[in-house]
Amino acid sequence: MNDMRIIQRTAGMNDIKIHAKGVDVFYGDNHAIKDVSVDIEDKTVTAFIGPSGCGKSTFLRCLNRMNDTIDICRVTGDIRLDDEDIYDKAVDPVQLRAKVGMVFQKPNPFPKSIYDNVAYGPRIHGLARNKADLDEIVEKSLRRGAIWDEVKDRLDAPGTGLSGGQQQRLCIARAVATAPEVLLMDEPCSALDPIATAQVEELIDELRQNYSVVIVTHSMQQAARVSQKTAFFHLGDLVEYGETGKIFTNPDDSRTESYITGRIG
Amino acid sequence: MPVYWLILIVLGLAAIGYVAGRGRAIASNGGDPRGLHSLPSFYGHNVALSVMTPAFGLLIVWLIAQPILIDLSVSADIPDSAIAEGQNRSLVMSDVRRLADGLDLMVQDGTITEADAQSATADGDLRDRLADVGVALGSDIQAYVLDAAQTYRGMASTGSLFMWGAVLLAAIAGFGISYAKTNKDFRARNTVEQGITVLLIGAACIAILTTIGILFSLIANTFEFFRLYNITDFFFGTVWNPSFSGRGGASELGILPLLWGTFYISLVALLVAVPIGLFAAIYLSEYATPRVRSIAKPMLEVLAGIPTIVYGLFALLTVGPFLVSVFGKDTVGWMSGGTAVITAGLVMGVMLIPFVSSLSDDIINAVPQAMRDGSYGLGATQSETIRQVVLPAALPGIVGAILLAASRAIGETMIVVLGAGAAAKLSLNPFEAMTTVTAKIVSQLTGDSDFASPEALVAFALGTTLFVITLGLNVFALYIVRKYREQYE
Repeated sequence: MNDMRIIQRTAGMNDIKIHAKGVDVFYGDNHAIKDVSVDIEDKTVTAFIGPSGCGKSTFLRCLNRMNDTIDICRVTGDIRLDDEDIYDKAVDPVQLRAKVGMVFQKPNPFPKSIYDNVAYGPRIHGLARNKADLDEIVEKSLRRGAIWDEVKDRLDAPGTGLSGGQQQRLCIARAVATAPEVLLMDEPCSALDPIATAQVEELIDELRQNYSVVIVTHSMQQAARVSQKTAFFHLGDLVEYGETGKIFTNPDDSRTESYITGRIG
Repeated sequence: MPVYWLILIVLGLAAIGYVAGRGRAIASNGGDPRGLHSLPSFYGHNVALSVMTPAFGLLIVWLIAQPILIDLSVSADIPDSAIAEGQNRSLVMSDVRRLADGLDLMVQDGTITEADAQSATADGDLRDRLADVGVALGSDIQAYVLDAAQTYRGMASTGSLFMWGAVLLAAIAGFGISYAKTNKDFRARNTVEQGITVLLIGAACIAILTTIGILFSLIANTFEFFRLYNITDFFFGTVWNPSFSGRGGASELGILPLLWGTFYISLVALLVAVPIGLFAAIYLSEYATPRVRSIAKPMLEVLAGIPTIVYGLFALLTVGPFLVSVFGKDTVGWMSGGTAVITAGLVMGVMLIPFVSSLSDDIINAVPQAMRDGSYGLGATQSETIRQVVLPAALPGIVGAILLAASRAIGETMIVVLGAGAAAKLSLNPFEAMTTVTAKIVSQLTGDSDFASPEALVAFALGTTLFVITLGLNVFALYIVRKYREQYE
């Protein structure tokens, strides 16, 4: 862990984007998340780390109500996006998910052309006035996904024909295309090789300029490299949350230290 | 003695062989089953299989070969001069066989003794007495037929005597050899495995050979038909008007009206089945709760288990009269009778719903959940997700399902016979009676027509055409399903 690159952080000066308080999640009788409270800042990369099954992905999926698609899942507590309760009855989860984009563990491009993959979100939300507008959104998103140069000559080719790393960047571009305010990433690099991982990490750092990014990762090096804030989950509890530099060098909780140094997990 | 006794004896030998082989194997290791190469039961199975395989193999070959050989030799003995005008050798031979069987029956019944049977003469009341035991002969018994029948019986009884001997010998030899080989080092397990493999290969071969056999009988008769009837008139003729022998006049046997009827009825059926089946599949796989699904899916599949004749009755007795009451003389006057394209098409469509829905349901379920999550994560609703992501991903498979349903519709017979009428017509009106290739195959082969006439042989040409069409559809469907399946896995 000594060679880990921990850069100087510029966190702590941003507004709170997501405000979660006393969140509990149940899968049937299983109490998956226990009374978690986190404030996620705008224009910041927040990493969730912890051993498998600790609830970090589950908590991530609460933030855009993806858990609604699972029948037996029940969420209680208060999660506010820009001071609006996202579990309020007045909130349409579909609208919410357009504002809180998501990138999944395994690249999942649709069986459509690269262009149609990116244009999917803008089309269903009516973000483009005309074809030229849509073209522009697609190009901008693909540039932001750092994949434009690789695919600009074959926008009509199927998205499933790209390599794994390209597919994942396409999925990021696809999520960016709906102009979200928050981007949730569920282990976005776990299916990628080191080179593709480096490209995606670089991309995440760029995305920080415009979005609040929340990333779940199993790789502590990755958390240390890309995030400004880190939350450590263990067995459904939020053990510790703070500046990434502090979590990795001088954690308050002994469990965090044990996990980071590889004694538990 | 009948053959089943022989089968029972061989089975008995096999059972004894099992016990003996197992016992010998254990004994060869001093009564301890642990040191054997294989489990004791494998040694038993090995002996039992060695008894049955050669014996039953020989029995099957013998049972197939013996009648053919006897037929050949007896039929060569019948003098050419004896064959009457307007008859041929095979007809005489069938009389010979029937007479021989009749005599056997009488001996079995105890009506006459074996000696009497051998000395029976052609004159007298032999024909009447044969009729008493249920063997009807077309004409008076000729002397040469009786002679041939006696030769036939003689050869058959000698043959079956030899068969008994050979089969029992094979069984005992198998027993002896495998029993002698049984000791603790013999690899009975591997031998039995090999035996099982051979059994499985045999089963696969039978299925394939049967298909080839059916194909050849179709093709041979089709060629026979095209010798008698012009091939272009058949494929391009627009009139179907077979005249049956005796009524005189030449037949017109154009396939086009029948093909048109087939396609028209199938089209109506698919227009019913595809939307309903597909929507049902979407509901079941995407919207239904597991509880509803667990009840609704089996119920839908019950439809697939209904015999087609029942659908035919439904068409004839319920749907037809209902359609007449809606579109008949009393209202708009479009429909004159219950049997029509629309009747058969609707009912066939109902029959095909479970095909389309069940296959499509499986295919939609096979679309990865990650695809749906991706769409939901972008803020798509469930119906947007289904329309724009799930269905396009599942489309190749759904097309395949529809093509399979289409080939089912084209081959369907009973619903058409009862629901669509029997008139071969080239018409666009769905309220008219029409008929299909399959229904006409049935009507050409049932009835009194001479089997060698073009009116009967045309059934084989129709069957071959239909076979080629459905085979093409099936191959195309499988091709599509396979080609696109790889893309998402």
